[in-house]
Amino acid sequence: MRKRIAIKDHVQEIQLISRRCISVLIMMIILIVLLIVRFAYLQLANHAHFTTLSQKNWLDLVPIEPTRGLIYDRNGVLLAENIPVFSLDIIPYKITNMPKTLSEIAKIIPITDNDIAQFQKQLKQHRRFDEVTLKLRLSEDEVARFSENQYRFPGVLVKARLLRRYPFTNSLSHVLGYVGRINIEELRDIDPINYSATNYIGKLGIEKYYEDELHGTVGYEQTENDASGEAVRVLNRIKPKPGKNLYLTIDSKLQTAVEQALSGHRGAVIAIQPSTGQILALVSEPSYDPNLFVEGITSQDYQVLQQSTDRPLYNRALRGLYPFASTIKPFLALAGLDAGVVTPTYTIFDPGWYQLNDTSHVFHDWKRHGHGSVNITRAIVSSCDTYFFDMAHKLGIQRIDRMLEKFGFGELSGIDMEEELSGVVSSPTWKRRVKGAPWYEGDTLNSAIGQGFMQTTPLQLAAGVATLANRGVRYVPHLLLAEQNQGSKAELQPPTQAPPIQLSDEAYWNIIINAMQGVITAPGGTGYHFGKIGPYTVAAKTGTAQNHSIKNFNMNEEHEDQSKLPEKLRDNSMFIAFAPVEKPQIAIAVIVENDVTASMVAREILDYYLIGPPPIQIPLAPRSINKNQGKPYVVH
Amino acid sequence: MSYTNSNYRSFWQYIHIDVPLLLGILLLLTLGLVILYSSSSQNLNTVEQQILHISLALGVMFVFAQIPPTTYRRWAFLIYAVGVVLLITVLVFGHIGKGAGRWLNLGFVRIQPAEMMKLAIPMFLAWHYHRIHLPLTFGTILFSAIIILIPAVLTAKQPDLGTAILLLIAGGSVLLLAGLSGLLIGTLMGLCALATPFIWYLLHDYQRQRVLTFLNPERDPLGSGYHIIQSKIAIGSGGLFGKGWLNGTQSHLHFLPEHSTDFIFAVCGEEFGFVGSVILITVFMAIILRGLYITIKAQDTFSRLLAGSLTLTFFVSFFINMSMVTGILPVVGIPLPLVSYGGSSMITLMASFGILMSIQTHRKLLTT
Repeated sequence: MRKRIAIKDHVQEIQLISRRCISVLIMMIILIVLLIVRFAYLQLANHAHFTTLSQKNWLDLVPIEPTRGLIYDRNGVLLAENIPVFSLDIIPYKITNMPKTLSEIAKIIPITDNDIAQFQKQLKQHRRFDEVTLKLRLSEDEVARFSENQYRFPGVLVKARLLRRYPFTNSLSHVLGYVGRINIEELRDIDPINYSATNYIGKLGIEKYYEDELHGTVGYEQTENDASGEAVRVLNRIKPKPGKNLYLTIDSKLQTAVEQALSGHRGAVIAIQPSTGQILALVSEPSYDPNLFVEGITSQDYQVLQQSTDRPLYNRALRGLYPFASTIKPFLALAGLDAGVVTPTYTIFDPGWYQLNDTSHVFHDWKRHGHGSVNITRAIVSSCDTYFFDMAHKLGIQRIDRMLEKFGFGELSGIDMEEELSGVVSSPTWKRRVKGAPWYEGDTLNSAIGQGFMQTTPLQLAAGVATLANRGVRYVPHLLLAEQNQGSKAELQPPTQAPPIQLSDEAYWNIIINAMQGVITAPGGTGYHFGKIGPYTVAAKTGTAQNHSIKNFNMNEEHEDQSKLPEKLRDNSMFIAFAPVEKPQIAIAVIVENDVTASMVAREILDYYLIGPPPIQIPLAPRSINKNQGKPYVVH
Repeated sequence: MSYTNSNYRSFWQYIHIDVPLLLGILLLLTLGLVILYSSSSQNLNTVEQQILHISLALGVMFVFAQIPPTTYRRWAFLIYAVGVVLLITVLVFGHIGKGAGRWLNLGFVRIQPAEMMKLAIPMFLAWHYHRIHLPLTFGTILFSAIIILIPAVLTAKQPDLGTAILLLIAGGSVLLLAGLSGLLIGTLMGLCALATPFIWYLLHDYQRQRVLTFLNPERDPLGSGYHIIQSKIAIGSGGLFGKGWLNGTQSHLHFLPEHSTDFIFAVCGEEFGFVGSVILITVFMAIILRGLYITIKAQDTFSRLLAGSLTLTFFVSFFINMSMVTGILPVVGIPLPLVSYGGSSMITLMASFGILMSIQTHRKLLTT
C-alpha cells in the first residue's frame, strides 16, 4: 500500500497536468488553424463554385406555354379554338406507390383504361418531376370531388389548361388537321427551349404546316424555390408571345354545303377562287373528328378509323391519285390547238373506233356507233374519244405532257399543306423508270382519254380548271388568307403567281371554254346530269373513270349496268367546272368514287355559292306578331 | 488580481460566478440566438423556447457553481453509479422518441441519463485519480477504460452515436490530462484501427450510411449525402462577408436540413461569411482558453482533471460539429455547443460551466 499523501507527488501531479494542458492547447491551436483553413477553402477559394450551386438550388426558370393561335375561316368564323379544361396531373417523383395512387384516385373520379394507357405512355416520355396528365376534361363535379380529397394525394393536382377544340368536327379535319401530344420523333426536331412548356404540336394539315406561326414564343417565370421544389415567389416574368391567329381562305358555309352535297359518298371536292388561287372549300369524304386525336384517341376508336374500308383518315383531296378520265380533254385540246395539229374547224368522222396505222389494235370510242362528224367543240361537248385518239397520235406524248405540266399536273401544286402528292404525267422516261417497259403509241392514245398512267389529285385538277378559267393566268392554290399577331390587324397574304400559260393564239382559250359551256347547254352534252342551266353560266367537263378490274367482269360496253357491279368496282364520276364563265368566281373539281353523281354534287355546290342556300320554308307560328304574318318566312 | 487577495472576496466571487467565463458564454449565447432567429425563419416561438432553455441552463449553472468541488469529489462515485443504472433503465424502459430511446420519464421531468454521464464520467475518473497516485499504471488505465466504456456502449445502444462519442471523449480527456503515455495513445489508436471491422459490424445501418456518405457524399446526393452537400454549399456560398443576416437562401428555403440544430453553423457561415465564422471560432476559443486557465489555476488533482476534461470536451464537441458541418468529419449527431437549438445538451453544458466556476471561485476556500 502506498501512502496517500505525499507533497512531492502532489507537485509532480500538478506539473504533469499543467504540461498536458499545454500540449492540449497546442493541439487545439493546430486543429483550429486546420478549421480556419477549411473555412478559407470553402468560403474564399471555392466561393464562386458554391454560389453557383446555391443559386441552382433555389432559382428556377419555369417556362410558360404560349397560347396557340386561333384559326378562322375567311369570314371570321372560328375553326380552331382553345377551350379551358381541368385536367388531373401527377408529378411522378412525389408518388411512392403509383398503382395504389391510381386505384385510390379511381375511387373518386372515374379513370378509364385508356386514361391509364395514355398516362403510362406519357410517363415514359417525361422527366420524373414533370407534371403528367392522367385525365383530361374533368367535369366541375369531378374537380370538386377531387379537391375535397386533395390532401390525401400529395403530388396529384388539378390543373387548368387550354385544350385545342375544333368546333366543326368532321367537316374540316382534312384541312385543319389536328394537334396531338409531342412524340419522341417530333421531340428531336423541335426547338427544345421554345417547346419547353408545350405539350401539343400540329400533326397534320394547317396545324402542322403553320406550326411555327401558331405556336408562338415561350415565356418564362423565374421563381425562387424551396427545397421541395415549390415556388415561393416569382422574381421575374417574361410573358409568352401567343401564336398568330390564322385566317383561312376557306368559306366554312361553302365547306359545309359541299360536305352535305358529298355526304354518303367517298370522294373529294376542291373549290378555288380562280382570280387568287384561294381555296374556298376542300372536302374529302368520309372524314373523322379531329377532336378525338387531341385528347389522345383510344386504340379502339383508332382501329375503327384505320380499318374502315371507306378510309376516313385518307385525304383524298390532296393524296387521292385518280385517272383524269375525260377531264383531261380540255387540256389536251388546248395542246392540240396550240401546237397546230388541229384547227378550230378541223373535223373528223368518228365511226366509233380508231385504229393506228401500224397495228391492228382497235381503240373504241365510249359510244359504240360513234359520234359521226366531230370538230374540236363537238369533241369536248360529247367527249368524243376518237377525235382525241387522232389528235394525241398527231401530237405525240411529249407535247401532251408539256401542256399538262404547264397546268401544274405531275408536280406538287405548292399548297400550304404537307400531305400533298404530285400525281403522274406519264412519259416514256417515266414508264421505263417506273414500269420498266418501253412506251407504246397505244399508251399515248390511252393518255389522250385520261385512262393510261396519267394520274391527278383533285387539287391539281381544280387548280388546272382555275387556270383555264383565268385563261392561262396561274395562281398557286393556297389556304392561308391572313395572319394576325395577337392584338394587331390581320396581314393579308398576297396570292402567289405561277408561270402563266402562253398560247400561240389567245382565241384558243375561248374555243375551249365555249365548248365546255356546251357540255352543259348543247344537245348531246355529257353534262346532262348537271341539269338545266341556272341564272349563271358554267363551263364544265365530265369524266368517268373505269376502275381497271372491271375488265374481269367483261362489261367493257357502252350501256353496262353499273349497279350490277360490286360497289367498289363501279366507275368514278368526275366533274370539273368554273362559273360564271364571263367573270369566274369559283372553279371546282369533283370526284365521286364508284358513283355517277359528280355532276349533281357540282350543281349543288355552284348553286349554293352563286345563288345562295336553297330557301327553307318555315310556317310561321300563328301567335307571332311578326310583320310578315301569314307569309312563309324565308331563311337563307 | 483581486481574486488572489486572501482577505477580499468580490461580489462575483461571493456568488461563485467567474465573470470572464460568464461574459464569453453570454456573448456566445447571444450570437447563437441571433443565428437561431434567422435559421428558424424568424420563428419567434423557437427563439423564445431557446431563451427559456438558456434561462433554465443559466439557473443550473448558478446552482452548480455554488457547490464546492469537494462535494463533487465526494459524490462522484454515487453520481456515476446512479447514471449507469439510469442508462440501463432507459435501455429497458426508455421512452421512444425520434426513433431513439434516450429519455427517462420520471413523471414530472424527463431526463437523459446519457447527458448526465457527460459530467459523471470525468467526475468519477478525476475522483479516482485524485485518490491514487499519478502517473497511471496499466491497471488503472484498464479500470478507467471499463468505467468509460460501460456508459458509452449503453449510450451507443440507444442508439445515440454522437453522445456516445462525447462520453468517450469526456473520459479520454481525463486520461489524457492524467498523463496517459504517448505510447499508449498510439497503441490504442492502433487497436481502434484493428477494431474498425468489428465496430462496422456493430454499427446501425444508418450509422454505416453516414460513414459511407462522409467518405463520398456524392454517392447519394438526395439521400444521406444531402446534408453534407447542402451544408458545404451554404458555407461556401457565404464568401468573405456572407449573404447578410436573414438572407441565407440555403436555410430559408429549407435546402439545409437540421438548420437550427446540428447544422446551425452552416447558417452562420452562409449569412456572415468567413469573417463571421472566424469571429464565432474566436469566441469559442476565448471560452476554452478561460477554461484552460481555470484548469491550470486549480489547486488539487480532482479539480484540475475535472476542469481540464470539461474544457477539453467542450472544445472537442465544438470542433467535431464544425468539422462535420464543413465536411471534414462524418455526420455524427453532435450539436454546436451553446448555439444549436435544444435544451438537454444546453443544460449539461451550462452545468459543466457551473462546475468550472465552482472550481475557480472556491479555490481559496479549499484546503489540501
